Amino acid sequence: MDLKQPAMAGTLESSDIQVTVVPNPGGGIAIELDSPVKAQFGDAIRDTVRAVLAEFGVEEARVQLLDQGALDCVIRARMQCAVCRAAQISYDWSREDRRP
Amino acid sequence: MMKNAVGRELPERIGSYVVRPYAGPEATPALETPVQSRRIAGRARPEQSKLLPSLTEAIRAVGLKDGMTISFHHSFREGDLVVGQVLEAIRALGIKDLRFAPSAVVNPKGLSLASFVQDGTISRVEASGIRGELGDGLINGAISLTQPAILRTHGARPRAIEAGELSIDVAFIAASASDAWGNCTGQLGANPCGSLGYSFVDARSAEKVVVITDTLVEYPCCPASISQEYVDYVVQVEQIGDPAKIGAGAARLTKNPRDLQIAREVARVMAASRRFREGFSFQTGAGAIAIACTKYLGEEMKARNLRASFALGGITAGIVDLYDAGRVRVVECSQSFDAVAAKAILDRPGVVEIDNAAYANAFNKGNFLNHLDFGVLGALEVDTDFNVNILTGSSGQMMGGLGGGPDVAACAGVSIVALPILRGRTPSVVKRVFTCCTPGETVACVVTQAGIALNPRHRNYQELKEDLERAGIQLTTIEALQQLAESLTGVPKPIETTDEIVAVVEYRDGTVMDVIRKLKE
Amino acid sequence: MTHSGLKRTSLYAGGSSPGKLLEARFYHEDCLVYDLEDSVAPAEKDAARFLVYQAVRWHRPPDKYVLIRVNGLYSPYLEEDLEMAVRARPDAIRLPKVEHAEEVRRIDARISAIEETAGIAVGQTELWCNIESALGAVNAKEIAAASPRVAALALGAEDYTASMGALRSKAGWEIFYARMQVLEACRLAGISAQDAVFSDFQDEAGLREDLTMTRGLGFDGKTVIHPRQIDLVNAAFSPTPKEIRNALRVLEALEEGERNHTGVVVVDGSMVDKPMERRARTVLAQAKAAGLWKEEG
Repeated sequence: MDLKQPAMAGTLESSDIQVTVVPNPGGGIAIELDSPVKAQFGDAIRDTVRAVLAEFGVEEARVQLLDQGALDCVIRARMQCAVCRAAQISYDWSREDRRP
Repeated sequence: MMKNAVGRELPERIGSYVVRPYAGPEATPALETPVQSRRIAGRARPEQSKLLPSLTEAIRAVGLKDGMTISFHHSFREGDLVVGQVLEAIRALGIKDLRFAPSAVVNPKGLSLASFVQDGTISRVEASGIRGELGDGLINGAISLTQPAILRTHGARPRAIEAGELSIDVAFIAASASDAWGNCTGQLGANPCGSLGYSFVDARSAEKVVVITDTLVEYPCCPASISQEYVDYVVQVEQIGDPAKIGAGAARLTKNPRDLQIAREVARVMAASRRFREGFSFQTGAGAIAIACTKYLGEEMKARNLRASFALGGITAGIVDLYDAGRVRVVECSQSFDAVAAKAILDRPGVVEIDNAAYANAFNKGNFLNHLDFGVLGALEVDTDFNVNILTGSSGQMMGGLGGGPDVAACAGVSIVALPILRGRTPSVVKRVFTCCTPGETVACVVTQAGIALNPRHRNYQELKEDLERAGIQLTTIEALQQLAESLTGVPKPIETTDEIVAVVEYRDGTVMDVIRKLKE
Repeated sequence: MTHSGLKRTSLYAGGSSPGKLLEARFYHEDCLVYDLEDSVAPAEKDAARFLVYQAVRWHRPPDKYVLIRVNGLYSPYLEEDLEMAVRARPDAIRLPKVEHAEEVRRIDARISAIEETAGIAVGQTELWCNIESALGAVNAKEIAAASPRVAALALGAEDYTASMGALRSKAGWEIFYARMQVLEACRLAGISAQDAVFSDFQDEAGLREDLTMTRGLGFDGKTVIHPRQIDLVNAAFSPTPKEIRNALRVLEALEEGERNHTGVVVVDGSMVDKPMERRARTVLAQAKAAGLWKEEG
């Protein structure tokens, strides 16, 4: 899936994460992470970001993450929202029915 | 390598420091030798003046030399303006290689302790904690000391001084008011800090004592916390502290509903205990949860019409309110945490300043903590063995000081660690704390917003369990809390360290509880 | 720990704030309402859906009755809200401002369709209907009976008062009629009756007074506006030790009467009749659920 525009989701409040997703034609996936728990959870955060992009079939995106200690489910939610906004689609919730 | 009684791996020596491994809270016997002091008798004469025009003059007069040990108290907290002025004057004189031994490291704005390590003014540090730039610099390897920093609890510092392990050449004592002969106090003057309890042991044990004040009062200063008999010189400076940072007004009650909930649960635990009776005693402390806890405890006392015999330790306005309401007979202040508490000693006969050694030192002939029913403790982390970390944060950085926590836990009939189950994505109930500061067997109870867990290894476990069950308080296990925290945060990657030890965590008896190693890049 | 079955308190957690959503699971409320409506700005409705879905579907607090409040029945957000909310598998969906039974039937049909597509047992998702207008109050009985999904009616006092041209007061006379309408409708339908919020969360004495009245009227629980209200409201909708003692005495006396074949059983000078027995049994059931009383043996 192609991203049409840069989009943002989330805030800079504690326990939240501000995600910016930018189209990155020809550049693959690039992730910039700023987090107070980078040492402990940096890899886990990147894995979640990649997983969400893969679920949407996004192969080219620049992702900037300003993390304030968000839990994994929050990162997932913010990423899904940012991708939908960047691709200008509304989410098809029936996709959730196919999740194990 | 050897393992101590909390399972921490320790080398037998760290440079010239010989490691005595922690063996249990009561394992170390008293020394049979006399208490040590560097105090010199002196010869005071009627015409003598102790007043010197500057810190530089005072440093010259006490004969401070390379390699000596200097001490300070931390009662002005982040508002302290004395440590910086003294260190600057020492630097200007080119004196190097000092052992810096404050009761705790403070980080007032504009003071870079790391810079004094960098230029060799300070080469050793012994304190309750080394939070901030200094500690982070050591743990990241940006700066280094010639020996690891020694971190001691409030109770352990007087013990170490009197055992000769921490021998002070010059004590610099900031006092908010003093007369020209060194009778001084923390209660009068432009910038009062209240109790000077931490500096009593320095005054009577150091070879030289310099009192620093911004308010010189007519002789004799009354009340006086420290007597002229111990003081060599007095220096007046422009300002010794920033009142806004010392603690302006009353410490305010938090609005954070999570902290309020934890505080309410702590008060419920206390009220359910059989020790909650006429004449009980408590120490709640000064964190957000602690202050709220004092409020809820007061409500429980009112509901049962009880009066406590004493409240202990770092005192806040909330405790002074309880005193005024007739709910506490004596308030024993080793430290004053806000302006209300700082002024309360002056006009309330039952609010008294106490020597930090009488508060928490286990190695003397009696201390207040041994009479304590309830102690409430904050923590960064607690693990499934109930071991507590109050020093290092989620990525290994220096976050706090030992304070009196390990002392309170060891003595209180019911010691309660109160903390949120996670902070951001950092779990605070973990399988193994990064740095062990308080041994688990001295922690009776952990209270979080997600449940209350009792420690089966605590000496009063059966009693507390019966009492809480009778009161219908639901209990969970520390393992369940740990699993809940982990289910929310995920499993953190362990912090990687090198073998280089930058700090030693001593227990109150001088044995080594843990060491802090330099982090890997 | 599983949910106690009590619905004494329901707390709204705003769907925009991850911190608040997380903390809300740790307070002592019986019912936790994840909100997509008032606490979420129009531009953030999509973000709130993703967040609430994650929280409810994958990190649901095991000891609470979980609800999702969707946006208004005529809002452009409702359709997608329902698509998400049903799939998140809460105990119930909370509908704002319901005024006609027909609206409930329409939503019921939509939910059934989504349940079917998603492979969820049809009928599993319950409904709470907020009654927050004069029209809603008048139609409360029909609304309560409109679908077997309807598990509770909850009064929304602020909007109701506005629709009446009344002024909101602490004494609450302006909502007295609506309270009775909601209560009666719930009792006829055999569902839970939920009282309106008490807005001034600083005023503990006022809340206590309000609770004395609504508990006395017969409500089962109350929406709270702030976590600080939870313990007080829970306590008010739980039986007191005295009520538990009395209930036990009534039931003991009945048992003894049965053993001795006594026709009439008397406790404290009053004859024990059917309503008294029923009340005693209800009190003990509530006390048991609230952990205030355990059956012997």
